[in-house]
This record gives sequence, structure tokens and C-alpha cells, in this order.
Amino acid sequence: MSCCKNNGISIGTEEQYEALISAIDELKDRRSSLMRIMQRAQEIYGCLTLEIQNVIARETGRALEEIYGIATFYSMFTLTPRGKHSVSVCMGTACYVKGAGAVLARLKELLALEEGQETTADGLFTLTECRCIGTCGLAPVMVVDGEVYGRMTPDAVEGILQKYRDKEAEQK
Amino acid sequence: MKKSVADIKNMSVLPLTRSDRVRVTVGMATCGLASGAAPVMEALTAAVAELGLDNVDLKRVGCIGCCQHEPIVEVTYPGQRKVTYIKVTPEKAREIAEVHLTTGRALGKYTFSALAGETGEDAPVTYAEQTPFFAGQERVVMSNCGVIDPEDIDEYIRRGGYQALGRALTEMAPDEIIEEVTASGLRGRGGAGFPTGKKWLFASGNRGKVKKYVVCNADEGDPGAFMDRSVLEGDPHAVLEAMAIAGKAIGSDEGYIYVRAEYPLAVERLETAIAQAEEYGLLGDNIFGSDFSFKIHLRLGAGAFVCGEETALLMSIEGKRGEPMPRPPYPAVKGLFGKPTIINNVETFANVTRIIARGAEWFASMGTENSRGTKVFALGGKITNTGLVEVPMGTTLRQVIEDIGGGCPNGKRFKAAQTGGPSGGCIPASLMDTPIDYDNLGAIGSMMGSGGLIVMDEDNCMVDIAAFFLGFTVDESCGKCTPCRIGTKRMLELLNKIREGRAEQGDIEKLEDLALYIKDNSLCGLGQTAPNPVLSTLRHFRDEYTAHAEQKRCPAHVCRGLACYVIDPEKCIGCKLCQRACPSGAITGELKTAHRIDPEKCIKCGACMSACRLNAISVE
Repeated sequence: MSCCKNNGISIGTEEQYEALISAIDELKDRRSSLMRIMQRAQEIYGCLTLEIQNVIARETGRALEEIYGIATFYSMFTLTPRGKHSVSVCMGTACYVKGAGAVLARLKELLALEEGQETTADGLFTLTECRCIGTCGLAPVMVVDGEVYGRMTPDAVEGILQKYRDKEAEQK
Repeated sequence: MKKSVADIKNMSVLPLTRSDRVRVTVGMATCGLASGAAPVMEALTAAVAELGLDNVDLKRVGCIGCCQHEPIVEVTYPGQRKVTYIKVTPEKAREIAEVHLTTGRALGKYTFSALAGETGEDAPVTYAEQTPFFAGQERVVMSNCGVIDPEDIDEYIRRGGYQALGRALTEMAPDEIIEEVTASGLRGRGGAGFPTGKKWLFASGNRGKVKKYVVCNADEGDPGAFMDRSVLEGDPHAVLEAMAIAGKAIGSDEGYIYVRAEYPLAVERLETAIAQAEEYGLLGDNIFGSDFSFKIHLRLGAGAFVCGEETALLMSIEGKRGEPMPRPPYPAVKGLFGKPTIINNVETFANVTRIIARGAEWFASMGTENSRGTKVFALGGKITNTGLVEVPMGTTLRQVIEDIGGGCPNGKRFKAAQTGGPSGGCIPASLMDTPIDYDNLGAIGSMMGSGGLIVMDEDNCMVDIAAFFLGFTVDESCGKCTPCRIGTKRMLELLNKIREGRAEQGDIEKLEDLALYIKDNSLCGLGQTAPNPVLSTLRHFRDEYTAHAEQKRCPAHVCRGLACYVIDPEKCIGCKLCQRACPSGAITGELKTAHRIDPEKCIKCGACMSACRLNAISVE
């Protein structure tokens, strides 16, 4: 079965679709589980496109607008696919006063991102600002794929990005 | 294996590590891991195995508190003082194993002595408690953090854990528990400081007749606060135990912990802790063989600051948009799923466990008259010793910043400390001798908040900081009520006008009026406190506002819109580099003659300054 004919989601694989359906089946009869289903869906697909929201609506019997309402309320839900590596710069107070802005500017420059653009043209990186991750002692910090880099400087950015680019090159 | 009250008591007399063994711990909370604790742990594990050190117990622990000096390794020989090694690398770890763990001789050069420049082979050992950072602290909430392995329930029990629950279930009536908490004077550590005992009393009616919930607010959203993360990562059982005690007190059999998804390690350790507590029968059905049952569920947030507000948090647990509800009815009457609910934050719960274990009198002996106990602060920003410090309420800001924190680095002058995050305010240097407690902070226009304490020095612009916080609330306003949704945006626009040199006569007054209006008319705590950063900076640093608005200058040289770039004709050699870099053609001058910048054309991008190789361009 091709990935998009019957299940209504044009991205991802059959396995991802099955994982989504089984997550929904596991949770849908539990109380207050809609957000958890959406969190699982995002773990599986990396985003919540309208198609994915539609499948959740269909399988849970909830209204699409309710799902869309939740997806757009919380900043961790994203409606568009993300880059392969997620880069975020903490913009909490401690990081801000210690120069997170300069780190962010350098990242934007190196990733050639226009104002408002988050994902690089090659789909490799998505750059976001995040709320305090609670490692203020190491401010300013940036996080790449869950790994925390502390005491950042604009000069240190390039080397870190290169690490991930090298990894990609190796895999190719 | 289910444990009885007697089992727990018997376990509690055991030492953490057997008296014939050496205890070695590595701080592995998020800060430690980010600083490289994992390779240090690997190196130690390998060295211990290679050297055949079979008398060593190697343990992972939570946050020790001085993030500055992570990764931290501590070595305790039976009957001796604990030796703390700072900034440990895999190579140093290897050496520690080869020398200290093999011969028993501590390596002074890797302890706090290194900070004083004593790095020779004969450097003396400086113990943690000899440093000003630790000497000034009183650890209650953090007493287990960095000491026990958070993923081993036995270690928690050996430190006296779960005895409070035993006492609450077997020796105390529910009303007595509430009386004990009330008598301790404990107030909520999440922000507003509501008396915990009173909150529990409101929800205590009709025990056994109606369904009730106990909720732990672990949605630590204030930027700059991380004590709750540290407790969850370093001592998760303290929170679980207190929630069960609260369940007994109000007559509830179910609890929820709402934790930020930004704290993956905390979530993992909570899951482990809940499973271990259930296995020992300390959570679940018929705890300690009594008729009391209590279950705890975890719920993850999804990145919405407003969910730290209690009614919004409840909506989010129910899986809905986290929009706040008007109060009353208060959650104690109508909370989660419409049932009576108490909501306390992580630090509050961590205090409850100790209060029930050691008694209200002991707790009330610390702190000031209306603020009992201790408070954990997350020291950050322009301060030498960043990290978590726990001090008795009533300690002055000066003690925290100068004695414990070591003051501002690089000889800079302290300007202000910000407490309470986006809901709080700035405390100027002139008020540094104010004893910190709920009432005093409120009186000077700030608030306790959850305990973030960000230090700012002379290089920080207070108008810029106010705009930073307002930008945060504009982003995080849920949009439900107009004063917060639109009002904060208008305030930010006014602030930006001031920062960019476009201020008109009366703008500061307009900003002030709007701030007071939003404070009075917003629906929830987020909106009601959103203007605080502006109001408190206006109160203590009004001169900076007028400098921006009237003289069009930023005294700290932070606000770029007010910067004026000038070329020093003495230094300029007329190389034209800056001319070529300038995007707006504002720089004129012939080759080999000093250039100048036309302030009318300058867009203040700073490109010329980065291009100049002679540092001839500066900002005035």
C-alpha cells in the first residue's frame, strides 16, 4: 500500500501511520487524552500537518477545530515539517543579559535565514528561540537535538554547526 | 516488595554507603550533563574497573548547586569529610581514581583551591563548606539534591525519606496534618505566597464523599528559575511523598504532576521514581496497609507560559487550550474535572515532606515573622557564582549577591537584581540591604515569584530589560482577555518608541497609565503582573527612561536605535573599509584622510564598526 492512498497522510511511511493509529487507539478512551495523542503524533511525524490533524479528528471523533485550536495554542506544536536538526537558542533572562542575541544573530547569518524563516533551504536545520531551559548557570545556551551547549559565544557557533554537517556528510 | 512503616524506619538508620566503602558521586542533572558529566562518569567507571577498586560505590546524583563549576565529582571516605572536585575532565577523573581512590590522598589542586590559584601538587584541599558559596546556605529543600542517587529509592529512604508519609498515615488525623502545615507558616513557593495550610483547609470538606485531586505545578516557566527542575532531577521522591501526604490531608486519592516538556530529564526521573514508589507500595492501593490509596499521573506541558497559572494549568491537564478561568470559583471548590483541587508547586511540596518529618516548630524557627523557612534562588546573569542557593527567608540581597554570589564579575558595578521573572521587578543597588521575604519584596515593587534572581550590572539598560520582559508577556499572553492581549502590545510599542528615540512628550506617563490599567483589569495572574517589570523600573530607574525619551540617549549604550557611531579622526587612516561596508552610504571621506559618519543617513547597523581594523569607530 502506498503511503498516501488510503490513510490520508501524504508524508511519512506506513510504519509511522500505524504508530499513530495505535497511539490513538491506546489513548482515545482515556480522559483528557487529546493533547497526549497530539504530542505522540508530533513525536512520530515531527509535525502536525492539517492532514495529520484530520486523521486524529477522524479517529477520535473530535472536531478538527478543537484539535487545530490546541495545536496553535501551544508553542511546541508545529504545523509545518521541521528541518532534520533542531537548533534553538535560549532567550530566557539569564541568557538574554549574557548575550544570547549575538549568538542567535550569528546562527541566522551562518544558516542564511531570512527574517521569519525558520528552516534552512536544504532542510537540514530549523532554528528557533526557546524559553528558559533552566540551565541559567551556563548562560547563554543553545540546544541542538536535545544536546545542551553552554557558555556560548558567536564564534563557537560555526564549529558546532559543522559537527552536524560533518555527520550528514559521513552518512552520505 | 511492599514495605511497612517499620521497614522504612529500619532502612533509614543505614548509611547511604556501607561504612567499609568509598562513595564517589558525579553531579548528573541537566547542568552537569551539559558541562560534560557523562564522559567523566565513563572515565571513572572505566578507571575503577581497570584498577580493581572493588570498595568504590560510584553513583550518579542530582544538582549540587554550583553550576559554574560543573562537572563535579565528590569523594567520601568512611568517617571523613567529603572532598569536592570541580570542573572535572575525563583525564582529571582518571587521576582522581589513580591517586585519591587508590592511595586515599586527596588531590587538593582539583578542589576549590584551584579557584584561588593553588594548582600545585601540594595544594591543600578546600572543602565545599569552606567556600562562601556553600557556607552562607541553609539547605532544606535541597538537602538531598546532589547527595542521593535520584533513581534509587533506597537512598532516599536511607536519608529518612517516606517516614513523613508513615507518620501522616499512621499517627496523624487528616486535620492534624493540615494544622501542622498551617502552624509551620509555609507559604506557596510558586509566586503569590498563599499560605499552604489555608489552601488545604479550603479543600478539606466532605472527605471521602467527593472526588478530589492533588496537583503539583511543575510548569516552571519563569525564565531564570530552575530550582524546581533541580528538585525533580535530584530528589523526585520528596515531591511524590508530599503529594501523598496532601492527599491524605484533604481526602484525595489521585494526583497529577504537570511538568514542562522542556525538562525531559525531570520527566524521566519522575517516571522512574513513581514506578519505584509503587513497587514498594508507597504509592498505589492501601499504602502501609491503611485504607488510604493514592495514585500519581504525569502530564507534560507543550510550551505555554500561561499554563503556570493554576486555572490554565488545570485546563491543560484536561487536554484543552490552556486558557485561564475567572476566579472564583477557586480550584479548592471547583478545580480539575470540576472537582475540588489543591495546586502547589514543586518547592512547596518539597518543604511539606520536611515539615511533617521534623515538625512545624523546627520549620517556623527559620525565616521572618510572615515568611517562614528557606527559599531557593536561582542565581544567574552577571554574577560570579551562578547556581542554586538556599537561604533562610530574611537574608539580605547583599548577602546573597556579594557573599554567596561573589558579586559581579570583571569588576563591574552592580546595578539591579530582578526577581519574580516577567511578573516581578527590579531591585536597585540602594535597596540591597532589604531582607528578602514575601512582604518586603512586595513593598519595594517586586515579588518573590518562583525564585529566579537575575543580576544586572552597569552594562545592562533597564528600559531594554523592561522591553525584554514585556516582549515575553506579549508572546505568551493567551489572548483571552483584552487588557493583557492588546494592552501589553501597546505598552511594548511605547517602550520601543522610547528605545528607538521616537518618544514624544507624555509617552512615559501614557506607559504608566496603561500599566496600572492592565494590572487592575486583566483576568489572570499573567496579565495582572505583566506590567510589573515596567512599573518597577520606572520606580527605581526613572532617570534612564527620561534619558531615552528626552535626551535621546541610552546611558548603558545598549539601545541601538539611540546609538551614535563616530569615527576617531586620530585613529582613522582613511582605508575606506567602513565606507564599503556601510549599507546606507552614510560614510564619506577620501582615501587616506579621516572619514566621517553622517548621523542623518546612519541606520545604526554597526557594520562599520565590525569592518574597521583599527578600532577607530565607537558608539557614543
